[in-house]
Amino acid sequence: MTDSNKPLVTIENVYKSYGSNQVLHGVSLSVSPGEVVAVIGPSGGGKSTLLRCATLLERFDSGTLAYGDLDVAVDRDGTAVYGSKDVIAQAKLRFGLVFQNYNLFPHYTVLKNITDAPISVQKRNRDEVEQQARQLLSRMGLEGNEGKVPCELSGGQQQRVSIARALCMNPDILYFDEPTSALDPELTQEVLRVIRSLAESHMTMVIVTHEMTFARDVADRIVFLDGGSIVEEGPADQVINNPTQQRTREFLLRYEG
Amino acid sequence: MAFDTMMGMLGNGFVVTIELFLITLLGSLPLGVFVALGRMSSFLPLQWIMRFYISIMRGTPLMLQMFAIYFAPYYVFGIDLTPDSKWNATIVAFIINYAAYFAEIYRSGIQSIPRGQYEAADVLGYSKTQTFMKIVLPQVIKRILPAMGNEIITLVKDTSLAFAIGVAEMFSTAKALAAREANMFPYLLAGLFYWLFNMVVEVVLNRVEKKLDYYHD
Ligand SMILES: Nc1ncnc2c1ncn2[C@@H]1O[C@H](COP(=O)(O)OP(=O)(O)OP(=O)(O)O)[C@@H](O)[C@H]1O
Ligand SMILES: [Mg+2]
Repeated sequence: MTDSNKPLVTIENVYKSYGSNQVLHGVSLSVSPGEVVAVIGPSGGGKSTLLRCATLLERFDSGTLAYGDLDVAVDRDGTAVYGSKDVIAQAKLRFGLVFQNYNLFPHYTVLKNITDAPISVQKRNRDEVEQQARQLLSRMGLEGNEGKVPCELSGGQQQRVSIARALCMNPDILYFDEPTSALDPELTQEVLRVIRSLAESHMTMVIVTHEMTFARDVADRIVFLDGGSIVEEGPADQVINNPTQQRTREFLLRYEG
Repeated sequence: MAFDTMMGMLGNGFVVTIELFLITLLGSLPLGVFVALGRMSSFLPLQWIMRFYISIMRGTPLMLQMFAIYFAPYYVFGIDLTPDSKWNATIVAFIINYAAYFAEIYRSGIQSIPRGQYEAADVLGYSKTQTFMKIVLPQVIKRILPAMGNEIITLVKDTSLAFAIGVAEMFSTAKALAAREANMFPYLLAGLFYWLFNMVVEVVLNRVEKKLDYYHD
Protein backbone atom coordinates (compact mmCIF):
# COMPACT_ATOMS: atom_id res chain seq x y z
CA MET A 1 0.00 0.00 0.00
CA THR A 2 1.64 3.22 -1.14
CA ASP A 3 -0.95 5.70 0.04
CA SER A 4 -0.92 4.92 3.74
CA ASN A 5 -3.82 7.23 4.49
CA LYS A 6 -6.29 5.58 2.17
CA PRO A 7 -8.78 3.80 4.42
CA LEU A 8 -8.92 0.00 4.34
CA VAL A 9 -12.61 0.11 5.08
CA THR A 10 -15.10 2.90 4.61
CA ILE A 11 -18.59 2.70 6.01
CA GLU A 12 -20.78 5.69 5.26
CA ASN A 13 -24.13 6.81 6.56
CA VAL A 14 -25.39 3.32 7.32
CA TYR A 15 -29.00 2.67 8.39
CA LYS A 16 -30.24 -0.69 9.51
CA SER A 17 -33.47 -1.83 11.12
CA TYR A 18 -34.89 -5.13 12.24
CA GLY A 19 -38.58 -4.74 11.53
CA SER A 20 -39.58 -1.50 13.20
CA ASN A 21 -36.50 -1.47 15.43
CA GLN A 22 -34.00 1.01 13.97
CA VAL A 23 -30.63 -0.29 15.12
CA LEU A 24 -28.18 1.89 13.19
CA HIS A 25 -28.98 5.52 12.32
CA GLY A 26 -26.49 6.97 9.91
CA VAL A 27 -23.26 5.46 11.21
CA SER A 28 -20.01 6.29 9.40
CA LEU A 29 -16.65 4.78 10.16
CA SER A 30 -13.44 4.48 8.23
CA VAL A 31 -10.26 2.80 9.32
CA SER A 32 -6.78 3.53 8.00
CA PRO A 33 -4.00 0.99 7.64
CA GLY A 34 -2.36 0.19 10.97
CA GLU A 35 -5.07 1.89 12.95
CA VAL A 36 -6.68 0.28 16.00
CA VAL A 37 -10.21 1.42 16.68
CA ALA A 38 -12.14 0.45 19.80
CA VAL A 39 -15.93 0.58 19.70
CA ILE A 40 -17.56 1.02 23.09
CA GLY A 41 -21.09 1.66 24.21
CA PRO A 42 -24.04 0.31 26.16
CA SER A 43 -25.74 -2.99 25.46
CA GLY A 44 -28.11 -2.80 22.52
CA GLY A 45 -26.33 0.23 21.13
CA GLY A 46 -25.69 -1.50 17.80
CA LYS A 47 -22.00 -2.47 18.13
CA SER A 48 -22.47 -6.07 17.04
CA THR A 49 -24.83 -5.05 14.27
CA LEU A 50 -22.22 -2.63 12.94
CA LEU A 51 -19.58 -5.40 12.86
CA ARG A 52 -22.01 -7.87 11.35
CA CYS A 53 -22.80 -5.41 8.58
CA ALA A 54 -19.11 -4.71 8.00
CA THR A 55 -18.41 -8.45 7.77
CA LEU A 56 -21.40 -9.09 5.49
CA LEU A 57 -23.19 -11.35 7.95
CA GLU A 58 -25.99 -8.78 7.74
CA ARG A 59 -26.91 -6.32 5.05
CA PHE A 60 -27.80 -2.74 5.91
CA ASP A 61 -30.77 -0.92 4.39
CA SER A 62 -29.01 2.18 3.17
CA GLY A 63 -25.49 3.55 3.16
CA THR A 64 -22.25 2.45 1.53
CA LEU A 65 -19.47 0.01 2.27
CA ALA A 66 -16.08 -0.18 0.57
CA TYR A 67 -12.96 -2.20 1.26
CA GLY A 68 -10.15 -0.10 -0.17
CA ASP A 69 -11.10 0.49 -3.78
CA LEU A 70 -13.59 -2.39 -3.79
CA ASP A 71 -17.14 -1.05 -3.62
CA VAL A 72 -19.15 -3.66 -1.76
CA ALA A 73 -22.40 -1.74 -1.31
CA VAL A 74 -23.30 1.51 -3.00
CA ASP A 75 -26.19 3.83 -2.40
CA ARG A 76 -28.89 4.05 -5.03
CA ASP A 77 -31.71 6.48 -4.17
CA GLY A 78 -31.38 5.80 -0.47
CA THR A 79 -31.18 2.02 -0.81
CA ALA A 80 -28.01 -0.01 -0.37
CA VAL A 81 -27.20 -2.04 -3.48
CA TYR A 82 -24.72 -4.83 -2.88
CA GLY A 83 -22.16 -6.03 -5.41
CA SER A 84 -22.22 -9.34 -7.23
CA LYS A 85 -21.38 -12.68 -5.64
CA ASP A 86 -17.88 -12.20 -6.96
CA VAL A 87 -17.47 -8.81 -5.28
CA ILE A 88 -18.77 -10.23 -2.00
CA ALA A 89 -16.32 -13.14 -2.23
CA GLN A 90 -13.44 -10.74 -2.91
CA ALA A 91 -14.47 -8.54 0.01
CA LYS A 92 -14.46 -11.53 2.35
CA LEU A 93 -10.78 -12.01 1.64
CA ARG A 94 -10.04 -8.58 3.07
CA PHE A 95 -11.26 -8.99 6.63
CA GLY A 96 -11.44 -11.48 9.46
CA LEU A 97 -13.81 -11.67 12.40
CA VAL A 98 -13.21 -12.98 15.90
CA PHE A 99 -16.42 -13.92 17.71
CA GLN A 100 -17.26 -13.62 21.36
CA ASN A 101 -17.75 -17.39 21.66
CA TYR A 102 -14.93 -18.33 19.25
CA ASN A 103 -17.05 -20.51 16.93
CA LEU A 104 -14.21 -22.90 16.26
CA PHE A 105 -15.09 -26.01 14.29
CA PRO A 106 -15.31 -28.66 17.03
CA HIS A 107 -14.61 -31.63 14.75
CA TYR A 108 -11.38 -30.19 13.35
CA THR A 109 -8.03 -30.19 15.10
CA VAL A 110 -6.49 -26.87 16.05
CA LEU A 111 -4.23 -27.03 13.01
CA LYS A 112 -7.07 -27.88 10.63
CA ASN A 113 -9.25 -25.11 12.08
CA ILE A 114 -6.54 -22.67 11.05
CA THR A 115 -5.46 -24.17 7.73
CA ASP A 116 -8.66 -25.45 6.17
CA ALA A 117 -10.04 -22.16 4.85
CA PRO A 118 -6.69 -20.93 3.43
CA ILE A 119 -6.34 -24.27 1.65
CA SER A 120 -9.88 -24.92 0.49
CA VAL A 121 -11.15 -21.35 0.04
CA GLN A 122 -8.01 -19.44 -0.93
CA LYS A 123 -6.56 -22.51 -2.72
CA ARG A 124 -3.15 -21.92 -1.20
CA ASN A 125 -0.39 -24.47 -0.94
CA ARG A 126 -0.79 -26.80 2.03
CA ASP A 127 2.84 -26.76 3.17
CA GLU A 128 3.03 -23.00 3.06
CA VAL A 129 -0.26 -22.64 4.96
CA GLU A 130 0.73 -25.16 7.61
CA GLN A 131 4.02 -23.42 8.14
CA GLN A 132 2.23 -20.11 8.62
CA ALA A 133 -0.28 -21.75 10.96
CA ARG A 134 2.52 -23.12 13.14
CA GLN A 135 4.15 -19.70 13.29
CA LEU A 136 0.85 -18.15 14.29
CA LEU A 137 0.31 -20.78 16.96
CA SER A 138 3.66 -20.07 18.51
CA ARG A 139 2.95 -16.36 18.35
CA MET A 140 -0.28 -17.09 20.24
CA GLY A 141 1.66 -19.11 22.82
CA LEU A 142 0.01 -22.32 21.67
CA GLU A 143 2.81 -24.37 20.19
CA GLY A 144 2.34 -28.08 20.72
CA ASN A 145 -1.47 -27.88 20.51
CA GLU A 146 -1.76 -28.50 16.76
CA GLY A 147 -3.27 -31.95 17.13
CA LYS A 148 -5.77 -31.15 19.86
CA VAL A 149 -9.45 -30.52 19.24
CA PRO A 150 -11.08 -27.33 20.57
CA CYS A 151 -12.88 -29.07 23.46
CA GLU A 152 -9.49 -29.99 24.92
CA LEU A 153 -8.53 -26.31 25.26
CA SER A 154 -9.49 -23.59 27.74
CA GLY A 155 -11.69 -20.72 26.57
CA GLY A 156 -8.69 -18.41 26.38
CA GLN A 157 -6.78 -20.92 24.28
CA GLN A 158 -9.77 -21.43 22.00
CA GLN A 159 -10.07 -17.70 21.49
CA ARG A 160 -6.38 -17.49 20.59
CA VAL A 161 -6.86 -20.31 18.08
CA SER A 162 -9.73 -18.38 16.56
CA ILE A 163 -7.50 -15.30 16.27
CA ALA A 164 -4.89 -17.45 14.54
CA ARG A 165 -7.57 -18.85 12.26
CA ALA A 166 -8.58 -15.34 11.21
CA LEU A 167 -4.96 -14.21 10.77
CA CYS A 168 -4.01 -17.16 8.60
CA MET A 169 -6.31 -15.77 5.90
CA ASN A 170 -3.98 -12.73 5.78
CA PRO A 171 -6.78 -10.17 6.15
CA ASP A 172 -6.19 -6.44 5.76
CA ILE A 173 -8.35 -5.78 8.78
CA LEU A 174 -9.44 -7.83 11.76
CA TYR A 175 -12.72 -7.29 13.62
CA PHE A 176 -13.32 -8.45 17.18
CA ASP A 177 -16.76 -8.62 18.79
CA GLU A 178 -16.22 -8.67 22.55
CA PRO A 179 -13.43 -11.23 22.30
CA THR A 180 -13.07 -11.63 26.06
CA SER A 181 -16.65 -11.41 27.28
CA ALA A 182 -16.97 -15.17 27.65
CA LEU A 183 -13.72 -15.47 29.62
CA ASP A 184 -12.80 -15.16 33.28
CA PRO A 185 -10.32 -12.40 34.21
CA GLU A 186 -7.18 -14.51 34.00
CA LEU A 187 -8.00 -15.92 30.57
CA THR A 188 -9.09 -12.44 29.48
CA GLN A 189 -5.58 -11.16 30.12
CA GLU A 190 -3.91 -13.78 27.93
CA VAL A 191 -6.21 -12.91 25.02
CA LEU A 192 -5.75 -9.16 25.53
CA ARG A 193 -1.99 -9.69 25.54
CA VAL A 194 -2.22 -11.29 22.13
CA ILE A 195 -4.35 -8.45 20.75
CA ARG A 196 -1.95 -5.93 22.24
CA SER A 197 0.97 -7.58 20.47
CA LEU A 198 -0.97 -7.49 17.21
CA ALA A 199 -1.49 -3.77 17.74
CA GLU A 200 2.22 -3.34 18.27
CA SER A 201 2.88 -5.03 14.96
CA HIS A 202 0.43 -2.56 13.33
CA MET A 203 -2.34 -4.97 12.51
CA THR A 204 -5.41 -2.94 11.52
CA MET A 205 -8.19 -3.79 13.98
CA VAL A 206 -11.67 -2.77 15.04
CA ILE A 207 -12.42 -4.07 18.52
CA VAL A 208 -15.80 -3.99 20.23
CA THR A 209 -15.00 -4.23 23.91
CA HIS A 210 -16.13 -3.52 27.42
CA GLU A 211 -12.52 -3.46 28.67
CA MET A 212 -12.08 0.31 29.02
CA THR A 213 -8.51 0.28 30.27
CA PHE A 214 -7.51 -2.01 27.46
CA ALA A 215 -9.32 0.20 24.93
CA ARG A 216 -7.54 3.30 26.20
CA ASP A 217 -4.12 1.66 26.17
CA VAL A 218 -4.33 -0.19 22.89
CA ALA A 219 -6.66 1.76 20.62
CA ASP A 220 -5.61 4.80 18.63
CA ARG A 221 -9.19 5.93 18.37
CA ILE A 222 -12.33 5.22 20.34
CA VAL A 223 -15.85 5.32 18.97
CA PHE A 224 -18.73 5.57 21.44
CA LEU A 225 -21.84 4.07 19.91
CA ASP A 226 -25.17 4.58 21.69
CA GLY A 227 -28.70 4.22 20.42
CA GLY A 228 -27.50 3.37 16.95
CA SER A 229 -25.38 6.45 16.33
CA ILE A 230 -21.87 7.56 17.08
CA VAL A 231 -22.18 9.94 20.00
CA GLU A 232 -18.50 10.65 20.39
CA GLU A 233 -15.31 9.71 18.65
CA GLY A 234 -11.70 10.71 19.14
CA PRO A 235 -8.19 9.80 20.30
CA ALA A 236 -8.39 7.01 22.86
CA ASP A 237 -7.17 8.79 25.98
CA GLN A 238 -9.20 11.87 25.21
CA VAL A 239 -12.48 9.93 24.93
CA ILE A 240 -11.75 7.95 28.10
CA ASN A 241 -10.18 10.69 30.22
CA ASN A 242 -11.89 13.82 28.89
CA PRO A 243 -15.11 12.91 27.11
CA THR A 244 -16.93 15.89 25.67
CA GLN A 245 -20.42 14.37 25.66
CA GLN A 246 -22.61 13.92 28.69
CA ARG A 247 -23.75 10.47 27.54
CA THR A 248 -20.16 9.31 27.19
CA ARG A 249 -19.35 10.53 30.70
CA GLU A 250 -22.35 8.72 32.15
CA PHE A 251 -21.45 5.53 30.34
CA LEU A 252 -17.83 5.66 31.48
CA LEU A 253 -18.80 6.38 35.07
CA ARG A 254 -20.52 3.01 35.21
CA TYR A 255 -17.25 1.34 34.28
CA GLU A 256 -15.13 2.99 36.90
CA GLY A 257 -14.40 0.57 39.66
CA MET B 1 -38.35 -82.49 11.04
CA ALA B 2 -34.60 -82.51 11.49
CA PHE B 3 -33.04 -79.53 13.20
CA ASP B 4 -30.78 -78.70 10.28
CA THR B 5 -33.68 -78.80 7.80
CA MET B 6 -35.50 -76.34 10.00
CA MET B 7 -32.39 -74.17 10.28
CA GLY B 8 -31.98 -74.31 6.52
CA MET B 9 -35.53 -73.07 5.95
CA LEU B 10 -35.20 -70.34 8.56
CA GLY B 11 -31.84 -69.46 7.02
CA ASN B 12 -33.51 -68.95 3.64
CA GLY B 13 -36.06 -66.68 5.29
CA PHE B 14 -33.27 -64.87 7.04
CA VAL B 15 -31.61 -64.09 3.71
CA VAL B 16 -34.85 -62.45 2.55
CA THR B 17 -35.02 -60.49 5.83
CA ILE B 18 -31.48 -59.22 5.32
CA GLU B 19 -32.26 -58.32 1.72
CA LEU B 20 -35.32 -56.32 2.79
CA PHE B 21 -33.27 -54.63 5.51
CA LEU B 22 -30.40 -53.67 3.21
CA ILE B 23 -32.53 -52.53 0.28
CA THR B 24 -34.65 -50.42 2.65
CA LEU B 25 -31.55 -48.71 4.07
CA LEU B 26 -30.04 -48.22 0.64
CA GLY B 27 -33.20 -46.51 -0.55
CA SER B 28 -34.38 -44.63 2.51
CA LEU B 29 -31.09 -43.18 3.79
CA PRO B 30 -30.56 -41.05 0.65
CA LEU B 31 -34.27 -40.46 0.01
CA GLY B 32 -34.53 -39.08 3.55
CA VAL B 33 -31.97 -36.40 2.66
CA PHE B 34 -34.21 -35.08 -0.10
CA VAL B 35 -37.29 -35.26 2.11
CA ALA B 36 -35.46 -33.36 4.86
CA LEU B 37 -34.25 -30.71 2.41
CA GLY B 38 -37.78 -30.33 1.06
CA ARG B 39 -39.18 -30.14 4.57
CA MET B 40 -36.70 -27.35 5.43
CA SER B 41 -37.18 -25.57 2.10
CA SER B 42 -38.31 -21.97 2.20
CA PHE B 43 -40.44 -22.77 -0.87
CA LEU B 44 -43.69 -23.26 1.01
CA PRO B 45 -45.59 -25.62 -1.34
CA LEU B 46 -42.69 -28.07 -1.25
CA GLN B 47 -42.43 -27.71 2.51
CA TRP B 48 -46.15 -28.45 2.94
CA ILE B 49 -46.04 -31.47 0.66
CA MET B 50 -43.17 -32.89 2.71
CA ARG B 51 -44.93 -32.14 5.99
CA PHE B 52 -48.01 -33.96 4.70
CA TYR B 53 -45.96 -36.90 3.44
CA ILE B 54 -44.08 -37.24 6.74
CA SER B 55 -47.31 -36.94 8.68
CA ILE B 56 -48.98 -39.77 6.72
CA MET B 57 -45.92 -42.01 6.91
CA ARG B 58 -45.54 -41.59 10.64
CA GLY B 59 -49.22 -41.41 11.44
CA THR B 60 -50.45 -44.63 9.83
CA PRO B 61 -49.32 -48.24 10.28
CA LEU B 62 -46.57 -49.48 8.03
CA MET B 63 -48.61 -52.62 7.42
CA LEU B 64 -51.47 -50.55 6.07
CA GLN B 65 -49.06 -48.63 3.82
CA MET B 66 -47.78 -51.95 2.45
CA PHE B 67 -51.28 -53.03 1.51
CA ALA B 68 -52.12 -49.64 0.06
CA ILE B 69 -49.07 -49.74 -2.16
CA TYR B 70 -49.70 -53.36 -3.06
CA PHE B 71 -53.27 -52.76 -4.24
CA ALA B 72 -52.84 -49.25 -5.63
CA PRO B 73 -51.64 -50.28 -9.11
CA TYR B 74 -54.70 -52.50 -9.53
CA TYR B 75 -57.36 -50.16 -8.14
CA VAL B 76 -55.93 -46.92 -9.42
CA PHE B 77 -54.40 -47.91 -12.75
CA GLY B 78 -56.04 -51.28 -13.44
CA ILE B 79 -52.64 -52.96 -13.66
CA ASP B 80 -52.72 -56.70 -12.95
CA LEU B 81 -50.90 -57.91 -9.88
CA THR B 82 -48.01 -60.26 -10.60
CA PRO B 83 -46.10 -62.66 -8.33
CA ASP B 84 -43.44 -59.94 -7.90
CA SER B 85 -45.98 -57.35 -6.78
CA LYS B 86 -45.86 -58.31 -3.11
CA TRP B 87 -42.10 -58.01 -2.85
CA ASN B 88 -42.05 -54.76 -4.82
CA ALA B 89 -44.83 -53.21 -2.74
CA THR B 90 -43.05 -54.22 0.46
CA ILE B 91 -39.78 -52.67 -0.66
CA VAL B 92 -41.45 -49.42 -1.74
CA ALA B 93 -43.50 -49.16 1.46
CA PHE B 94 -40.46 -49.76 3.67
CA ILE B 95 -38.32 -47.26 1.78
CA ILE B 96 -40.80 -44.40 1.77
CA ASN B 97 -41.83 -45.08 5.37
CA TYR B 98 -38.30 -45.13 6.71
CA ALA B 99 -37.27 -42.15 4.56
CA ALA B 100 -39.83 -40.08 6.48
CA TYR B 101 -38.39 -41.10 9.85
CA PHE B 102 -34.81 -40.56 8.71
CA ALA B 103 -35.75 -37.16 7.25
CA GLU B 104 -37.00 -35.98 10.62
CA ILE B 105 -33.82 -37.19 12.31
CA TYR B 106 -31.68 -35.43 9.69
CA ARG B 107 -33.69 -32.27 10.12
CA SER B 108 -33.34 -32.24 13.90
CA GLY B 109 -29.59 -32.80 13.48
CA ILE B 110 -29.14 -30.04 10.94
CA GLN B 111 -31.18 -27.60 13.00
CA SER B 112 -29.16 -28.36 16.12
CA ILE B 113 -25.96 -26.98 14.60
CA PRO B 114 -25.39 -23.55 16.18
CA ARG B 115 -25.73 -20.52 13.93
CA GLY B 116 -22.20 -19.48 14.90
CA GLN B 117 -20.81 -22.38 12.89
CA TYR B 118 -22.45 -21.08 9.73
CA GLU B 119 -21.33 -17.53 10.50
CA ALA B 120 -17.72 -18.54 11.11
CA ALA B 121 -17.71 -20.47 7.84
CA ASP B 122 -19.33 -17.56 6.01
CA VAL B 123 -16.75 -15.04 7.19
CA LEU B 124 -13.94 -17.43 6.21
CA GLY B 125 -15.38 -17.50 2.70
CA TYR B 126 -16.61 -21.10 2.53
CA SER B 127 -19.26 -21.62 -0.14
CA LYS B 128 -22.69 -22.94 0.85
CA THR B 129 -21.76 -26.43 -0.37
CA GLN B 130 -18.40 -26.37 1.40
CA THR B 131 -20.05 -25.20 4.60
CA PHE B 132 -22.54 -28.03 4.47
CA MET B 133 -20.15 -30.79 3.45
CA LYS B 134 -17.15 -29.83 5.60
CA ILE B 135 -18.58 -28.09 8.62
CA VAL B 136 -22.23 -29.04 9.10
CA LEU B 137 -22.58 -32.61 7.86
CA PRO B 138 -19.78 -34.21 9.92
CA GLN B 139 -21.22 -32.66 13.07
CA VAL B 140 -24.75 -33.70 12.12
CA ILE B 141 -23.67 -37.31 11.64
CA LYS B 142 -22.21 -37.45 15.12
CA ARG B 143 -25.29 -35.89 16.67
CA ILE B 144 -27.87 -38.09 14.95
CA LEU B 145 -26.05 -41.38 15.34
CA PRO B 146 -27.90 -42.53 18.49
CA ALA B 147 -31.31 -41.74 16.98
CA MET B 148 -30.34 -43.41 13.70
CA GLY B 149 -29.19 -46.46 15.63
CA ASN B 150 -32.59 -46.77 17.28
CA GLU B 151 -34.36 -46.51 13.98
CA ILE B 152 -32.11 -49.05 12.26
CA ILE B 153 -32.61 -51.57 15.07
CA THR B 154 -36.36 -51.05 14.79
CA LEU B 155 -36.10 -51.68 11.06
CA VAL B 156 -34.51 -55.09 11.67
CA LYS B 157 -37.57 -56.09 13.67
CA ASP B 158 -40.06 -54.32 11.38
CA THR B 159 -39.01 -56.51 8.46
CA SER B 160 -41.20 -59.19 10.08
CA LEU B 161 -44.25 -57.12 9.09
CA ALA B 162 -43.71 -58.27 5.53
CA PHE B 163 -45.17 -61.64 6.55
CA ALA B 164 -48.62 -60.01 6.57
CA ILE B 165 -48.51 -59.51 2.83
CA GLY B 166 -47.06 -62.96 2.17
CA VAL B 167 -43.38 -62.25 1.62
CA ALA B 168 -41.42 -65.33 2.65
CA GLU B 169 -39.03 -63.68 5.08
CA MET B 170 -37.89 -65.27 8.31
CA PHE B 171 -40.98 -64.58 10.40
CA SER B 172 -43.36 -66.13 7.82
CA THR B 173 -41.09 -69.15 7.66
CA ALA B 174 -41.07 -69.47 11.43
CA LYS B 175 -44.87 -69.19 11.52
CA ALA B 176 -45.26 -71.91 8.88
CA LEU B 177 -42.80 -74.18 10.67
CA ALA B 178 -44.46 -73.63 14.03
CA ALA B 179 -47.83 -74.60 12.57
CA ARG B 180 -46.46 -77.75 11.01
CA GLU B 181 -44.45 -78.85 14.04
CA ALA B 182 -47.13 -77.73 16.46
CA ASN B 183 -44.58 -76.13 18.78
CA MET B 184 -42.98 -72.77 19.45
CA PHE B 185 -39.41 -73.79 18.81
CA PRO B 186 -39.20 -72.18 15.32
CA TYR B 187 -40.30 -68.85 16.84
CA LEU B 188 -37.59 -69.15 19.45
CA LEU B 189 -35.00 -69.73 16.75
CA ALA B 190 -36.29 -66.80 14.69
CA GLY B 191 -36.16 -64.57 17.76
CA LEU B 192 -32.57 -65.63 18.28
CA PHE B 193 -31.75 -64.72 14.68
CA TYR B 194 -33.25 -61.21 15.03
CA TRP B 195 -31.41 -60.69 18.25
CA LEU B 196 -28.06 -61.80 16.83
CA PHE B 197 -28.61 -59.63 13.77
CA ASN B 198 -29.24 -56.63 15.99
CA MET B 199 -26.15 -57.40 18.05
CA VAL B 200 -24.13 -57.12 14.86
CA VAL B 201 -25.89 -53.84 14.01
CA GLU B 202 -25.09 -52.55 17.50
CA VAL B 203 -21.43 -53.50 17.24
CA VAL B 204 -21.16 -51.61 13.96
CA LEU B 205 -22.94 -48.56 15.40
CA ASN B 206 -20.77 -48.58 18.51
CA ARG B 207 -17.69 -48.70 16.38
CA VAL B 208 -18.79 -45.66 14.35
CA GLU B 209 -19.78 -43.85 17.54
CA LYS B 210 -16.39 -44.55 19.06
CA LYS B 211 -14.67 -43.27 15.95
CA LEU B 212 -16.54 -39.96 16.26
CA ASP B 213 -15.88 -39.76 19.98
CA TYR B 214 -12.62 -37.84 19.56
CA TYR B 215 -14.44 -34.56 20.22
CA HIS B 216 -17.51 -33.26 21.97
CA ASP B 217 -19.10 -29.85 21.86
N1 LIG C 1 -31.20 -10.62 14.39
C1 LIG C 1 -31.85 -9.63 15.04
N2 LIG C 1 -33.19 -9.52 14.91
C2 LIG C 1 -33.87 -8.54 15.55
N3 LIG C 1 -33.30 -7.62 16.32
C3 LIG C 1 -31.97 -7.67 16.50
C4 LIG C 1 -31.17 -8.69 15.85
N4 LIG C 1 -29.88 -8.48 16.20
C5 LIG C 1 -29.87 -7.40 17.00
N5 LIG C 1 -31.12 -6.91 17.18
C6 LIG C 1 -31.46 -5.72 17.98
O1 LIG C 1 -30.63 -4.67 17.58
C7 LIG C 1 -30.25 -3.85 18.67
C8 LIG C 1 -28.73 -3.71 18.70
O2 LIG C 1 -28.17 -4.97 18.98
P1 LIG C 1 -26.62 -5.24 18.97
O3 LIG C 1 -26.44 -6.68 19.20
O4 LIG C 1 -26.02 -4.67 17.74
O5 LIG C 1 -26.13 -4.40 20.22
P2 LIG C 1 -24.71 -4.40 20.92
O6 LIG C 1 -24.29 -2.99 21.01
O7 LIG C 1 -23.80 -5.35 20.29
O8 LIG C 1 -25.08 -4.89 22.40
P3 LIG C 1 -24.24 -5.84 23.40
O9 LIG C 1 -23.26 -4.96 24.12
O10 LIG C 1 -25.29 -6.35 24.34
O11 LIG C 1 -23.59 -6.91 22.60
C9 LIG C 1 -30.85 -4.50 19.89
O12 LIG C 1 -32.02 -3.76 20.22
C10 LIG C 1 -31.18 -5.87 19.47
O13 LIG C 1 -32.32 -6.34 20.14
MG1 LIG D 1 -22.90 -7.21 20.83
